[in-house]
Amino acid sequence: MEDRFSHSFTIRGKHFIDAGKVSTEIKRLLKELGVRADIVRRVAIATYEAEMNVVMYAKDATVTLELTPRDIRIVIDDRGPGIADIELAMQEGFSTATSEMRELGFGAGLGLPNIKKNSDDFKIGSTVGAGTKLEITVFIN
Amino acid sequence: MVLSDVQDLLSCEVVTGGEYLNRPVTYGCASDLMSDVLAFSGPGALLLTGLVNVQTIQTAHIAELNAIVLVRGKKPDRNVIEAAREKEIPLLATPYSMYEACGILYRAGIPSTMVCPQSQASPRVHR
Ligand SMILES: Nc1ncnc2c1ncn2[C@@H]1O[C@H](COP(=O)(O)OP(=O)(O)OP(=O)(O)O)[C@@H](O)[C@H]1O
Ligand SMILES: [Mg+2]
Repeated sequence: MEDRFSHSFTIRGKHFIDAGKVSTEIKRLLKELGVRADIVRRVAIATYEAEMNVVMYAKDATVTLELTPRDIRIVIDDRGPGIADIELAMQEGFSTATSEMRELGFGAGLGLPNIKKNSDDFKIGSTVGAGTKLEITVFIN
Repeated sequence: MVLSDVQDLLSCEVVTGGEYLNRPVTYGCASDLMSDVLAFSGPGALLLTGLVNVQTIQTAHIAELNAIVLVRGKKPDRNVIEAAREKEIPLLATPYSMYEACGILYRAGIPSTMVCPQSQASPRVHR
């Protein structure tokens, strides 16, 4: 494995047809790079929840994946409405999902707490009217 | 237990993935909420759901589930079947309701993968 691997991806908001493509690709890459299966699963779940949030709530996002011998870092930086009350959004059960999103099986209000649960380090920042940025770190070993 | 036993127990029609019926089934989960599945399922779990769309398949792939059983005789549409085939996730359909299907599998000894803190004192499987 190289010392550092890094790659960028784009997620399109409201584009439900492609929802999950980026997390699937990241999952595939990490597997191929020889990352342990349980770590790959945690990263994939966290990234997928973040990707679905971009698809449901934002315009678009840039995702960067960085792999070092010590950790995996995923940054999801979106352009969108932002989150006014982050503390509230982080609570289990809080959701502003529309009925259309709920029909697809989303809107339990579990995504953000689940991202945090699967991360060893998790940062979230948001500016209303501009966008939201998530930084997910998962340690290797 | 393997997937073909689940097929027998629940009188399933195999929608796609007949070549994977020898996959082991050691625990299951049931939900129509994808975040529930992502938060509480373990790798290799069997998912029972009444909601199947491309996102269900995507979720199963990300969470590394072994198979999906669609309850109440629902029929997935073609792009869902195509996605399941591509992701190598067997898709079965049972005429039983969610409650019945879960009950049958639970009684046959398949425990839950959704270990919620509140359910620590849950009763053991009774036959
Ligand atoms: N990228 C984002 N941009 C704007 N708002 C967001 C974003 N991500 C989350 N939110 C807001 O935070 C709420 C909670 O998000 P969370 O992912 O925890 O739950 P959910 O998406 O509503 O449901 P689930 O993830 O269980 O399907 C959302 O309903 C939405 O209002
Ligand atoms: Mg969400």
